[in-house]
Amino acid sequence: MDALTTPFLTGTAIGAILFLAALGLTLTFGQMGVINMANGEFLMAGAYATYLTQQVISSTGLSILVAIPVAFLIAGLLGLLLEVSIIQWMYRRPLDTLLVTVGVSMVLQQLARDVFGAQGDPVRPPSWMRGSIDVFGYHWPHRQLFTIVLAVTALAALTALLKRSAFGRRIRATVQNRDLAETMGVSTRSVDRLTFFLGSGLAGVGGVAIALISGTNPTLGATYIIPAFLVVVAGGVGQLKGTVIAAWTVGVVTAFLTDWTSGSMAQVLTFAAVVVFLQIRPQGLFTVRTRGLA
Amino acid sequence: MSITTSDAPEVHGAEPAAPEAALSPKRSFRSDLVRTYGPLLGIGVLALLLLVWAPGSLSPFRLGNLGKYCCWALAAVGIGLAWGRGGMLVMGQGVFFGLGGYAMAMHMKLEAAGPGKVPDFMQLYGNGTMPSWWEPFRSGPFTLFAIIALPAVVSFVLGYAILKRRVKGAYFAILTQALAVAFSTLLIATIKQTGGFNGLNTFTKFFGQNLYDPAVKKNIYMIAAGLLIVCLVIVWQLYRSRYGELLVATRDAEERIRFLGYDPANIKLAAFVVAAIMASIGGAMFVPIAGIISPSNVDATASIMLIAGVALGGRASLLGPAVGAIVVGYGQTTLSEQFPTQWIYFQGGLFIVVLLFLPFGITSLLPKLKELASRRRITGESAA
Amino acid sequence: MSGPLVSHDYVEVRDLTVDFDGFKAIQGVDVTFLPGRLHFLIGPNGAGKTTLVDALTGLSRGTGSAEFRRKDLLGMKAHEIVHLGVGRTFQTASVFEKSSVLQNLDIAAGMHRKALGLLLPRRTVPERVEQVLETIGLAALAHRPAGILAHGQKQWLEIGMLLVQDARVMFLDETVAGMSADEREGTGELLRRIAGERTIVVIEHDMDFMRSYADFVTVMHAGKVLAEGTVSEIQAEPRVQEVYLGTVAEVGSNG
Repeated sequence: MDALTTPFLTGTAIGAILFLAALGLTLTFGQMGVINMANGEFLMAGAYATYLTQQVISSTGLSILVAIPVAFLIAGLLGLLLEVSIIQWMYRRPLDTLLVTVGVSMVLQQLARDVFGAQGDPVRPPSWMRGSIDVFGYHWPHRQLFTIVLAVTALAALTALLKRSAFGRRIRATVQNRDLAETMGVSTRSVDRLTFFLGSGLAGVGGVAIALISGTNPTLGATYIIPAFLVVVAGGVGQLKGTVIAAWTVGVVTAFLTDWTSGSMAQVLTFAAVVVFLQIRPQGLFTVRTRGLA
Repeated sequence: MSITTSDAPEVHGAEPAAPEAALSPKRSFRSDLVRTYGPLLGIGVLALLLLVWAPGSLSPFRLGNLGKYCCWALAAVGIGLAWGRGGMLVMGQGVFFGLGGYAMAMHMKLEAAGPGKVPDFMQLYGNGTMPSWWEPFRSGPFTLFAIIALPAVVSFVLGYAILKRRVKGAYFAILTQALAVAFSTLLIATIKQTGGFNGLNTFTKFFGQNLYDPAVKKNIYMIAAGLLIVCLVIVWQLYRSRYGELLVATRDAEERIRFLGYDPANIKLAAFVVAAIMASIGGAMFVPIAGIISPSNVDATASIMLIAGVALGGRASLLGPAVGAIVVGYGQTTLSEQFPTQWIYFQGGLFIVVLLFLPFGITSLLPKLKELASRRRITGESAA
Repeated sequence: MSGPLVSHDYVEVRDLTVDFDGFKAIQGVDVTFLPGRLHFLIGPNGAGKTTLVDALTGLSRGTGSAEFRRKDLLGMKAHEIVHLGVGRTFQTASVFEKSSVLQNLDIAAGMHRKALGLLLPRRTVPERVEQVLETIGLAALAHRPAGILAHGQKQWLEIGMLLVQDARVMFLDETVAGMSADEREGTGELLRRIAGERTIVVIEHDMDFMRSYADFVTVMHAGKVLAEGTVSEIQAEPRVQEVYLGTVAEVGSNG
């Protein structure tokens, strides 16, 4: 039982982080046709925000709880800055935004190295997160459970926002038919900006979870960006449902593979698995069926 | 479904969109000649610089660096074909650079070890046993064959799998980047077989020639630069040919191509394979010049830097990718030594500035300036 | 108008159904397209005319059968169907705007070229291309970029590209929409010229154009075939009158 439980639980935790990392990507790609390769650095920003919060608030428990909104804000504002300065001139140009944000991610990574040092800094989890709970004989670390709770809360909050709030309605209108939404008086520009803010902020929240598990690190973003993108591609761009399922699956598969071979081979095999999956279903898990030449 | 790409460069040999040319149905014989053979002249100038001026004027150290830039330029020329003309943003060319590089390095390691012997690092990291797949690389001819065949096969299989399923645009780009990450991870994880993180280095001979002999080094440089010129001529011919037209048409209107009876996947696949082979040749020549090949020449970052030169120079032009790669290469080696941390800001900034303001690179400035000049002339004439 | 009927150049569609996630755009359509005549496909918006052509040219998936030269078009990929000799145009003319009229035709003619020939640059223009240039009436504009052509001329160029590909069956989607009266007449004459040896199917909304040039008409409505016959036959058909209301009543008073 242990052989199955461990990777399954760990995989779910990995999936939770991947979900938070992929969320911003799929939102901006689906809504604005923009690819943000710097989203990994927003994860990193969230992680460093957690570290900084801990420098200010000595109580480990409180600092983590405060770090969540702080990370959200910092990463969100970073994203907003990126959108306003660069991305807004490049809507509907996915390849160009891809390359531009690659440049941005280089700059942000080097900034982190210059400001915080190349080593990375530790983040101290609070005492109630140092233990583990017993699941079928496996000692599941509390930190992983926390990660999943964090991701589920974010998902619930986002779903509520999209379904119930006025802003959520505006987002859905813009995604479904941008031009029509414009004529209905929706300022698609502000909707776009806020979506970017939201997606980046959620990446920041993901960074809090990562910081608790492995501390901060300037290369943190680079580690997560490709798996996050594979999740977006596999789940179907802009599809929330797809992102959840794909993130969970990729997380669990990675965990099983890591158990079976080694960490690096697991990466290679996951990549191979995604390519094979795309052979069967090139549009991802969920898409909107369209007719026509495109 | 109208096929207009207002910001795309012209198809080589196609009628220009400038108003004056359209008014006269026949262009002068002279301008025809210039259009067709002008780029060839450019290649000739580059050849003179690289093959005649440089070996005579540069110090051995500088020449070695220029040789490295030529290797990156080889990969860049292929990227120009696949991305600039084919519309496929290939972000993982480091993989093919690495295939050629490691193939050459394996051969040279075996040369250095001696007949029947095992490379030194295997005794260091492993227990001295060599994996059987190393043995064929002892043969020079096989290595040369592998440098072409390995990337051809890998790119064909991967390209077929990805392109036939109509994965394109950003998805394609990200998959190629993931490939580079996966490949470099694989290399790092197999230290006993591939030298791992340190890669393969400390060579003594290059196909029987002594690597420390300055004359040999100069010859190796000449081979690298010569291969670059050859590949440029090949690509020049491809751009002029009907295939070149088809490739651009596929880039701009892929679905329309289907209704001309072509499978766009096949057209793109051909460009992808050619680009892979060129990158592999670049990687292969890199090894005797730089003296090392490691995962850091292969990973996502290295692959992205190959793109940087192409973006800067002008991806759809003939000489832009090569020249851009040489310029970025110069920055990489020289400027990064003087300004180690600032150089990375420069690199990132390069992407940002080029893509925001000059998405088609520096060479795209030329036609824009020409158009401005001709517009002024027309309005000047009509005002008169 | 009618030439020698080549026995195998017809398209026989049987029980064609196209389903978009539950919505049946076309249901159980039977129709035969014969060579040597101008076959019009008409019907109100949403009747399924373009969907029918999409299914026959590899753009949409359909069930049933569509036989052409002993092959079923429904299972084939778009470029394979083109190779077989079935071509189509699109509602918005899709030509290569930056290339000249001549180059557009030459690119289309390349379909039958061997792969190695692609490695050479263009030297001479095949005779067929010159002939088609005359047929579509664009010889004077051969070296101009296709982007500067008027809308009608672009449609003719598209038809020209199909001719150069030696398409035996041609589906033309709303060719005359947006054309001037002169352009319409030119198009009608062009279609008459080329219909002799080919199977030409014209999707149309324009009733005048249909009246002037149609040899045979299939009327579609809500994804099914409503009526078939000559122009006067379908005009007299009460079901067609019902669907078209005023339009056909006006036609009835003239025809």
